[in-house]
Amino acid sequence: MIEIAIDKKIKTYMGYNRLRVEDVFPVSSVTKVYGPSGIGKTTFLKIIAGLITPDRGIIKVAGQTWLDTQKKINLPPQERKAGFVFQDYALFPNMTALEHLRYATQDHQLVSRLLRAGKMETFAGHRPHQLSGGQQQRLAILRALAQRPKLLLMDEAFSAMDDELRETLITDLKILLKEFGTTTIIVSHHAQETLGFADRSLKID
Amino acid sequence: MEWTPIWLSLKLAAITTLILLVTGIPMAYWLSRRGSLLKVIIEAILTMPLVLPPSVLGFYLLLSFSPNSILGKWLLEYFNISLVFSFEGLVVASVIYSLPFMVSPVKSALAHLPASLAEASYTMGKSKFETFCRVLLPNIKSSLWTAVVLTFAHTLGEFGVVLMIGGKLEGVTKVASIAIYDAVDNNQYHEANLYSLVLFAITFVIVILVFIFNRNSLKGPLE
Repeated sequence: MIEIAIDKKIKTYMGYNRLRVEDVFPVSSVTKVYGPSGIGKTTFLKIIAGLITPDRGIIKVAGQTWLDTQKKINLPPQERKAGFVFQDYALFPNMTALEHLRYATQDHQLVSRLLRAGKMETFAGHRPHQLSGGQQQRLAILRALAQRPKLLLMDEAFSAMDDELRETLITDLKILLKEFGTTTIIVSHHAQETLGFADRSLKID
Repeated sequence: MEWTPIWLSLKLAAITTLILLVTGIPMAYWLSRRGSLLKVIIEAILTMPLVLPPSVLGFYLLLSFSPNSILGKWLLEYFNISLVFSFEGLVVASVIYSLPFMVSPVKSALAHLPASLAEASYTMGKSKFETFCRVLLPNIKSSLWTAVVLTFAHTLGEFGVVLMIGGKLEGVTKVASIAIYDAVDNNQYHEANLYSLVLFAITFVIVILVFIFNRNSLKGPLE
């Protein structure tokens, strides 16, 4: 079970806003997070990953406290090791697809499995600029999964894929997520995008 | 033509570049992170050699390194080092003078990398140091080359600062640029021409190498 209760003052294009989110996420669940643009959905994911610190809050993942501002506990992102799929993919231009996965894990069997699941075997030696938008997005998802994260955070992770590819990937993803016992939180603007993937939703407003 | 001034210039440029590679890159990384007013002031100070007349910088360095100054006296008493009219003095002065040429391109390149690159690496459990070495540095390779070449070439052509600090001691501080000035001053135009041609050739080869290394970069080779 993952408990999250955070509060942060954020700057938006309309001035300052308070980002307040409180929810309990069951293990292995996939939660779709939605809400108006600029409300702080990406900030919410970054707070969970430890990349941004909220003004107040508690984050507990499988009994381990990642953040408790009252007790001054704040694990760095390196210790939280949440899988993170960034909106801009954040792929490393100097690494091939294979090197991306090997940077995340030493488990070579898992690397081969992930490449297969993402239909990326033929592109293993390609650098990001040699991949299409959809392939780059798939690589970003595979890299985030490579460390078998307890928590997977996805920011608009299927936006560059066509429907057919997304559906196939979602089927394979679900098997991996179940096997790893990974809880997923996905930010998405389009209901269609997470169809068949998310089993619960959370509105931020 | 005496080859010692050319050799001294190359030695000075190589040592300066090496020192600035080791010290300038961490400095550039620190400056590239968002920071306080103090950081802005420090960056302004580091950039001063770029805009100050070399003779002004050389004059103040001469005063600071002189055995009559607090720093010069301390260096002489505790380490038996005199930075005035010595090769070591030229190195220290060159490091200060060429600092912005190493720091600015590297800092600018690091600041332009998307923050998500480092963030992605952190979420994979990688430390800041590992992220810097394996993700950030390899992705600013062309700017690193530019910084190294600019620093080397700039040190090679130094005149005002080295003349103020080192004078023109044969075999010690008389570098190529001073040898050219000296030759012209003594009406030895043929010798001045030879020194100039050698410096021109060395600099041209270096710039050609940068253009070759950075030919696939989106940026201009010296940006």
